[in-house]
This record gives sequence, structure tokens and C-alpha cells, in this order.
Amino acid sequence: MSLKKPAKNQPEKFEFNPSSFEAAKDIIAKYPKGKQQSAVMALLYIAQRQNDNWIPLAAMKYIAKFLDMPYIKVYEVATFYSMYNLAPVGKYFIQVCTTTPCMIRGATKIVEACKEKISEKESELSIDKTCSWMEVECLGACVNAPMMQINDDYYEDLDKEKTLKILDKILRGETPKPGSYRGRINNEPENNRKTLMDLKNA
Amino acid sequence: MLKDQDRIFQNLYNNLGSDVTSSQKRGDWINTKELTDKGRDWIINEIKDSQLRGRGGAGFPTGLKWSFAPKEVKSRPHYLVINGDESEPGTCKDRDILRFEPHKLIEGCLLASYAVQAHVCYIYIRGEYFVDGQKLQAAIDEAYEKNLIGKNAAGTGWDLDIYIHYGAGAYICGEETALLESIEGKKGQPRLKPPFPALIGLYGCPTIINNVETIAVVPTILRRGGEWFASLGREKNTGTKIFCISGNVNNPCNVEEEMNIPLKELIEIHAGGVIGGWDNLQAVIPGGSSMPLIPKEKCETLTMDFDSLMAEKSGLGTAGVVVINKDQDIIKCMARIARFYKHESCGQCTPCREGSGWMWRMLERMAKGEASKDEVDMLGDVTKQIEGHTICAFGEGSSWPVQGLLRHFKDEIKKRNKFDPIVKENKNIPYLVDQHLLDKNA
Repeated sequence: MSLKKPAKNQPEKFEFNPSSFEAAKDIIAKYPKGKQQSAVMALLYIAQRQNDNWIPLAAMKYIAKFLDMPYIKVYEVATFYSMYNLAPVGKYFIQVCTTTPCMIRGATKIVEACKEKISEKESELSIDKTCSWMEVECLGACVNAPMMQINDDYYEDLDKEKTLKILDKILRGETPKPGSYRGRINNEPENNRKTLMDLKNA
Repeated sequence: MLKDQDRIFQNLYNNLGSDVTSSQKRGDWINTKELTDKGRDWIINEIKDSQLRGRGGAGFPTGLKWSFAPKEVKSRPHYLVINGDESEPGTCKDRDILRFEPHKLIEGCLLASYAVQAHVCYIYIRGEYFVDGQKLQAAIDEAYEKNLIGKNAAGTGWDLDIYIHYGAGAYICGEETALLESIEGKKGQPRLKPPFPALIGLYGCPTIINNVETIAVVPTILRRGGEWFASLGREKNTGTKIFCISGNVNNPCNVEEEMNIPLKELIEIHAGGVIGGWDNLQAVIPGGSSMPLIPKEKCETLTMDFDSLMAEKSGLGTAGVVVINKDQDIIKCMARIARFYKHESCGQCTPCREGSGWMWRMLERMAKGEASKDEVDMLGDVTKQIEGHTICAFGEGSSWPVQGLLRHFKDEIKKRNKFDPIVKENKNIPYLVDQHLLDKNA
């Protein structure tokens, strides 16, 4: 359960744009009739995408009406799950995993790099207001530790230098290539593969 | 070492491609109809014979779980739910299945749905795996196109729809009833059991919940026979398992190996050894962060399966092996895990909500050497008061790693924390906060 506070400056109005509206209709169709409340998580996510990566209170009210459920239930869900941002974050939203498997492989160095390049404190926008970073719990790429997530993509096998380079690119407005930054293929043991050898050479 | 032809996940490193044609070349979808034609009881019996145990952590026998589903569908439809909310620190096996072997999972969904008579299957994927979820969605779309799922799926006469439901960053949703709450569009707070989901689950209907890896191995077991699967590993701990070896090793990796493999072989051969050599090993967390750690002395001979780890007062869990060498501060490592649990507690039960914070703060102080002598025992006491006093297993998951630390590294903590107790034991003080500690000593 994470502590999160909605932003002070809230927009007055929120409405789905046509493409979000279509996506929302498709999602509601996935669930049995009368169980449209199930779609609330996905709809919050759509709202977040539409609204520069954060969810205003107006969007929660809109979704509550959209799904015919009490506003407080939507608010509950939005504050319970950690991936919903209730206050503005950068266009590039960087999440650095610092849980033990990443920590013992040097995640603190990645945090240092973020502090140098983006902002001294986490969840604070960078000077040009495009980036923000935050420490998060395990992102589930432990064998590729240390790693970070920028928007949807995973950047794996990092060290401080590589992180600085990635952050430089982002601050220039480019999107760096996701995946391993030590050149290894997915989760295979680097230069030490002992299994499925026939396939490797096939 | 396991023979390559006995590995179920041939495409673990994505050398072969994950689309439907390459999957069919690896043997997926070739005779699905023949398998379902043998009937529900045959499928469930074959899975029972294989002694497959759930791969999500608890290790519950899968065949038995399936047999709990009502035999006849009455007014309420049955559901199959796949748990892909992989969030246990040290574990990243399901991600590889979602992105590289999606058709094994989809075919497994069809066979399992047929066995438990479900027409709708929800796959719950953690929100951070958005890209991997998109890959699975592409595979599902492909399967619909080829008529492998949908109406009369793969010619079996069974209708099946598969939908993905994304989570949004809550570890607790990996708990099966919290996952159901989450799918229903509520906060992910676990339900009381009983009633068990097999009878009253999603939307109050009978629901079978399985881990991604459990379902993905089902088609191969049915094709090659339960006996084949049972011949790997040892009694009651059969088959193969994807191990994720992370932490201070030279080549962290995922590898599929036989159950009961020696831990040393896993680390030395597959992961290229501990950084600084085997003698530099301090401890190993054998099954994801919620399993108690195991010190080096025991790692020499330890074999990796449910029962042998249980005998060491630990557990296989999700088989996420985290190797910690002597360059690391073990108390700090555990304090970080305690912080993880403090962050992820859903807040429903008081012992867990408050206790996980206590454990974290005490361990942080212990790592800095700011705690007093008596706090070491007090910490042990806190873990005992969380364990077994919560609705779900999160209480155990958060207190076991701390108990493991206390069991094996108590001397280390005591060496660092030498302060005298702030409050001296005084039996005349009534209603002391730690009254129960005094009572025990009396």
C-alpha cells in the first residue's frame, strides 16, 4: 500500500478522446455483462496514457460514471495500485528498481546517475520538465539486474556510465534502444551457455 | 545435467521465434484434439500421475486442484485464471514464457479450461510487463486467427476465450484471492478462505487459478505422458523447473533444469560461479525473497526441490535463487527486503500492516549498529506475531526472511549492536508495551 496524494492543481474536466473511448468499449466487452467494474483498472490506465502519464480526479469521476460505479471505489483503486500516478510526472518516467537482487548488483549507482542528471529528489521534474524518476520495488527482471524502466520499456544490465548515456539521450528527446546494455541475448548466461546448444548454432 | 530434449521450454532464450509457425515446429498445437478426445478424467489423471506441483510458490499438486472444480457446470459458469503477476524479488521466469513461449501457455490454457470446463480464461499479467503482455496479446490474436482458440478451439469442439487483464504494480495481487478481487475491479486485498476459489471464486463462480509456468508445462506433460515427467527429479518433486539465478554470480541467467538439482551445480555450472569464488559466498536465498536464506555451509550439499528445502526450514518458492557474496552486508540486504514487504503490504490485517514496518525500521537500525541488545530477540518476537495471524500468506512471506536472518546470522547482528536496553526489564511495571515478553520470562 503506497502513500500517494493527488496533485494540488487539478484540471476541471476530463473526457476520453475518441480512440480512448473505443479502447475502453473494447475492454468492457472482455468481461461478463453487469461486471463492467472489472474494467476499472484498464480504464484508469487508458486515462493515464491520454493525460500525459497521470490521472486527475476528474478522470476518476468520469470513469465512475462511465462504469456506473461509485466514485469512491474508483478512487480506492487508483490510490491502492502503485502504477497510477496521481500527480504529474515527466513525459519520460523513469523507475529504478532497488530491491535486493538489484541492490546487490549496484542499483544505488543508477540512483546516483538519476540524481545527477534529472533531479536531486525523486518524483521531482527535471529542469526542462520532461523527465522524472523514482525508486520502485522489484520490476521482475532480476537476472538482468540492475535495471530500470522508462515508460513501458526495460533497460537491463546497466552500470552508472551506461545509465548516464541513456539519460543523456532522453534529455535530448531521443528514445534509446531497450533491452540489455551488455549485449547479451535476453536471459541467457553470457558466454557461458551450457544448455540448448544445438539451437544456438541452428 | 538435464538432456536438451527433455527441456520443455526449448525457446527460453528466443533462438527459434515465438510465432505460431515456429511454435508448431517445436511441437505445440500438433495434436491438441487427440488429447482432449481422451477425456477430462484422463487429462486430470495424467497430471496427477505426473505429480506436477504448482510453480507459483506454494507447490500445491495441480491435478488435485483441478479435481476440486465441480464435475458439472450448473447455473454458474467456470473460470480459469492464470496468475502472471510475477513480482517476487529474484523471480523472472514467467516473463520469458509470456514473451518467448506464449503458445505453450495458450495451448495449456485450452487443455486446462477443457479439464475444468471453463469457457473463459483470464491471464493476469503485472502492469510493468506491458511490452511482454503485448507480445502475448499478439500470440493470442494469432491463435484466434488460426482458429486455435475461440469457437470450436483447435477442432476440439470446446469454446474458449482468452483475455489479458493487466495489474498495476501490486505484489499482493499474486495472492490468488487478491488477484480475483483485482480482476473484479477492486483493491487487491485477499479474501478469507474458505470458501476456496475452486467453489466460489471470480464473480462468485467456481474458479481454478494456476501459475503461468504450471499451465505452460501441461501440454508437454500430456504429450509425453505423466510417467515421463514423473521420471525426472524425485518422488513428489518431479519434472523440470525454470530457475532464475541472480545476484552476485558471474553470469546471472534463467535456466530450465531438473528438480532436485544440487544448488552448487546451478551456481557453478550454469551461472558461472560466485563473484570472487565459491569461498566468497555468504548466503543464498533459494526461492524468491520470501523464503528464509541459507548460509554457505549448507549450500555445499543442498538440492533444490520443495521437500529438501523444507527440511532446511526454507522453501523452493518460485525458484528465484539470489546469491549473496561476502562483499555484501547481509543485514542491509534483509532490511531492503523488509522495506519491500512494508511497501507491498495491502493494509488489511493489522499484524502485517504494522509489523512489516516495525521489522523494516528495526533492521535498518541494526544494519547501522544503532539497536540495543534486547532488540534482537524482540525482532524475532515481532516476526512470530505476524506469522500465522494474517488472512493470506503475506504475513509468512514477510516474516520468514527475517527469521532466516536471525537463525543464521544472529551473532553478526549481536556483534554490531551492543547498546544496553533503553528500558530495563521490570516486572513491577504494569501494562508495559512488551508485557508478553516479560510474561514469557517469568
